[in-house]
Amino acid sequence: MTTGNSGLDTFPKLLLHHSEQRGERPAIREKSRGIWRTVSWRELAEEAAALAVAASVHGLQRGAHVALLGDNRPRLYAAMCASQCLGAVVVPLYQDAAADEIASVIRSAKVTHVFAENQEQVDKLLAILPRCPSLRCIVYDKDRGMRHYRQPELVSYASLLQQGRQLIAEKRAFLQAEVARGTGEDTAFVFFTSGTTGPAKGVVLTHAALIDRARVAAAIGDLKDTDVAMAYLPPGWIGQNLFGYVQPMVVGYCICCPESSDTMLADMREMGPTYLLATPRVLEALLKQVLLRMAETGGFKQRLYRYCMAAARRVNARRLAGESVSIGDRLVSMVGDLLIRGPLRDVLGMSKVRVAYTAGDAIDGDLLMFFRALGINLKQLYGSTETGFFVAVQRDGAIKPDTVGLPVEGVELKLTPQREILVRSPGLFKEYHGDAATTARAKNAEGWFHTGDAGYLGEDGQLRIIDRMANVGALRDGAHFAPKLIENKLKFLPYIKEAVAFGDGRDMVCALIDIEMAATSRWADRKSISYTGHADLASRDEVYALIADCIDKVNAQLASEPALAQCQIHRFAILSQELSADDGALTRTGKLRRNAIAEKYRALVEAMYGGRSEARLEGSSGEEPAEVKIRDAKLVAPAQTRKAA
Amino acid sequence: MTISVPSSILQSAQRAFPFGPPILELEQISLRFGGVQALTNISFNVLEHEIRAIIGPNGAGKSSMLNVINGIYRPQEGSITVRGEHLAEMTPTHAAEIGIARTFQNIALFRGMSVLDNIMAGRNLHMHATFMEVALQLPRARREETENRAVVEEIIEFLEIEHIRKVPVSRLPYGLQKRVELGRALAAEPTILLLDEPMAGMNIEEKQDMCRFILDVNDHYGTTVVLIEHDMGVVMDISDRVVVLDYGKKIGDGTPDEVRSNQDVIDAYLGVAH
Repeated sequence: MTTGNSGLDTFPKLLLHHSEQRGERPAIREKSRGIWRTVSWRELAEEAAALAVAASVHGLQRGAHVALLGDNRPRLYAAMCASQCLGAVVVPLYQDAAADEIASVIRSAKVTHVFAENQEQVDKLLAILPRCPSLRCIVYDKDRGMRHYRQPELVSYASLLQQGRQLIAEKRAFLQAEVARGTGEDTAFVFFTSGTTGPAKGVVLTHAALIDRARVAAAIGDLKDTDVAMAYLPPGWIGQNLFGYVQPMVVGYCICCPESSDTMLADMREMGPTYLLATPRVLEALLKQVLLRMAETGGFKQRLYRYCMAAARRVNARRLAGESVSIGDRLVSMVGDLLIRGPLRDVLGMSKVRVAYTAGDAIDGDLLMFFRALGINLKQLYGSTETGFFVAVQRDGAIKPDTVGLPVEGVELKLTPQREILVRSPGLFKEYHGDAATTARAKNAEGWFHTGDAGYLGEDGQLRIIDRMANVGALRDGAHFAPKLIENKLKFLPYIKEAVAFGDGRDMVCALIDIEMAATSRWADRKSISYTGHADLASRDEVYALIADCIDKVNAQLASEPALAQCQIHRFAILSQELSADDGALTRTGKLRRNAIAEKYRALVEAMYGGRSEARLEGSSGEEPAEVKIRDAKLVAPAQTRKAA
Repeated sequence: MTISVPSSILQSAQRAFPFGPPILELEQISLRFGGVQALTNISFNVLEHEIRAIIGPNGAGKSSMLNVINGIYRPQEGSITVRGEHLAEMTPTHAAEIGIARTFQNIALFRGMSVLDNIMAGRNLHMHATFMEVALQLPRARREETENRAVVEEIIEFLEIEHIRKVPVSRLPYGLQKRVELGRALAAEPTILLLDEPMAGMNIEEKQDMCRFILDVNDHYGTTVVLIEHDMGVVMDISDRVVVLDYGKKIGDGTPDEVRSNQDVIDAYLGVAH
C-alpha cells in the first residue's frame, strides 16, 4: 500500500520514489518478438530521465504540450514520464485517429512535440505539418520504413535516448531541479474527449486531481505492487491512462503491453492480470465469442455448459440478494466451477482477476451477471474524463446490477429537479482547454460539475444512471423513453452488434440494427445461406427473420416491466454497413453519436415512421445508394404479461 | 488492374542499398526436355540489391528459368556465375549454401506444423548440433535453438504474423500461407531471394501487402530479389528491371518503362500470330 507518500504530489516524484523503493520490481512488461521483456521501475526512471534531458535540448519546455500517438508501448509511457519531468503537459491521442482529428487537437493545444509509434503515425503527422505551425519535433519509435524520411522535424526515439544518456551525467542537477519545481496543481494531462455531441473538448486535469482519485481507488480495490494489469484499451482514453499510468504510479503495480491487438487474448492468458478494466464493448465481444464457440460444440458439452451456467446464475443471484444458498446448489456450483467456469475463466485470461471494473458506458445487467456468474469479480464504475473517472463504484457485498454503486470517498453528489447528476470532487478537471465559456457552463462557481447524465440516488444510497440527459425523452403518449436501456438489451444478443433506438417525441419506438458479422455469417453458413458480403447478408429476408426473433425476445422483456412496456420496438431496419468511428457514427471509444446517425439515416428513420416497407439511402461521398428493408416486430401485450406475472 | 505502391520509395528517395556489381550472371542458357526446347540461348544478369522480374505469358519458361538458377534443372548449355564465381554444376543444396533461397508457385510448407516451426525449418543451414545433441538438449543445441528463434521472431515481427505464430499452416488462408513461405525463405538469410509467382491467386489487398513486404525486404535487408510474375501491373510497380520471356526466348530486357514500350512485348501479351 501507499504510505508516507504525502510529499509525492506529481508523477515524476512518484516515479523516482518507486525507482528507490522497488527499483528491481517490474513496472512495464511488453511482449516483443515472442518474449515478455520487463522494464523495472529503476530502468523506467532512468530511461525517462535520459529522454527528458534530450527532449529539453530539443526545445521541450515547462507548460508546453506533448502529444502521444500510438498504441500502448513502454516507450510511449517513458515519454509520458519524461515530458512530465520537465513540467510539460501530456496529450494522449487515439492511435486510430484520422489526420484531421489529430490536426485539430494539435492546433487547439498548440502541441510542440509529438511522440509517435511508427511510420503510419508519422505519415499522418507529416501530412498535417503545414497546418500545424506549433509542431516542432516528431519523435518516432519504430524505425521500420523510416530510412527515407529526411524531414528536419523527425528524430528517432533511439537516437534521442542515446543523446540523453550521454548528457545525463552533467544535466542531472538540472533535471532534479525541474522535477522539484513541479507541484500537484500543475496540469498533468489534457484529454480530448471524443464527445457524443459536438467536437472534441480538451479536458485539463492536474497531477493532484488524478493522484487523489487513484489513491481512493487503490484503497477500495486494496491494490498492491504485486498486482498486474493489461494495457490494451485506447491510450487516448482516460480509463486506460488511469489504469495504465496513474494508478501504477501511485501503487507501483505492473502493466503488461500485449504484442498486438490480435494477440491480446493469448497474451492476457499468459500474464494473468489481477486488476482489470474493460469497457462494455470489450465484454460484449468476449461474451459473443464464448456463445459462438458454445453454439458450435457438441450436444453434451452444450447441455453441460447451459446447466452449469444456469446454476451459477441462480447461486450468484441469491448471494447478491443476501439469501442463503442450498447445499444442493452449492454442490452443483462447485462441480460447475471445476468443469466449466474455471476452464472458461482460464481461456478468457481472467483466472487471477481479483478486481475487475467495467466503465466507459452503461452495461447491460445480464452481461454483468454473466461475468459475475463465471466467478469474476466484475463491478461497475461510474465516472467521466471531467470527473477524474472515479465517481461511484460498486462495492463487494453490495452489488446490484441496476446501480453503479456508492459514491467514492471525496465525491459529493447533487441532483437537479430534471434529475441531472452534479458532481463535486477533488478529482474534478481544472477547465476545458482554452474555452472559458464552456468551462463556466459545465462547472459552476461552487465547483459543481454538470455531468450531463440523468440518474437518481436510491434509498440504499446507490447511484442509478438512466441515460445521457440529451437522450432521455418521452414518447408522444408521455411514456418515459431512454434509448440506452433498450439498445443494451438488444446488444446482449449474439447477432446484434449495435442498435440505435428512436422514440423521443414519436408515437412508437423504432430501431436500427447493425448485425454482428462474425456470428451472423456463421449462422448463415449453418443454414446454407449464400451471400456476397456484409451488405448482402444484412438485406436477406432470413436475417430479417432472425433479427425479428431477437427483437421479440427483447420486447417480451420490456413488456414484463410496466414502466417499459410502452417502449417495445415496433419496427426495425438492418443497416447495410457497419457503424464506425471513421464516418463519425461512433466515438473513438465506441459510443453512439446519435445526432450524426439520425442525420445520416434520416430517410430511413422517416420511412420507418411513415409506415413504408423500404427506404432508399443515398450513399454519401462515393458510396452506392442502397435499398434498405423495414420490417415490423411482434409486440407483446402488457395485459397478457400481467396475467402471466 | 493497378497496385498502388508508394512511388516515392521507388523513385525519389535514395536507396538504402545502392546497386552493386552483377551478383548473378546467366550466359546463353539453353534447356531441353527431350525434344522440347524450354529455354533458348538466354542471357541476363542481376545486380546486387536489385529487384529483378522475369515475366512472360503462360508456358514462356519463367519457372524453368528459376529452376535453373536454383539448380533443380541443369541446362544443356550455358553458364551461371554467382558473385564472379563460375559454377560448373549448380545443385539445390549448393544454391542454398551460397545464399539463394526461394518460394514456390504452389505453396510447399509443412502443412501440419505451426508457422513458427515452418520458419524455423528455414534455419536448417544455421544449425550445426547433431541429432543426439538436440535429442538430449545439450548446451550447444539449446544455444542454437535460442539464437535461431530470435532470428525467426524478428522475421515474424517483420511480416506481421505474430497472431498466427502457433497456428498450424493448414488452417491459414492462402495469402497468409504465402507470407509464411516468404518468412521461411527469409529465415535462411539469403543474399538472393527467388520468388515464384508470389502473388498468384491473391486478392487485391493481399497483393498490396505482398508488394509491400517484397519492397521492405529489399529495403531493410538489402536482399536481391528475382521474382516471377505474370501480373504485369504488379511487376512494373515494384521491379527495377524486367526480363521478358516468350516461348523460351528472351524478347525484352530493361526498366519497366522500356519494356512497356517494347513492341515484341506488346505483341506477346496481346497475342500476334507466330
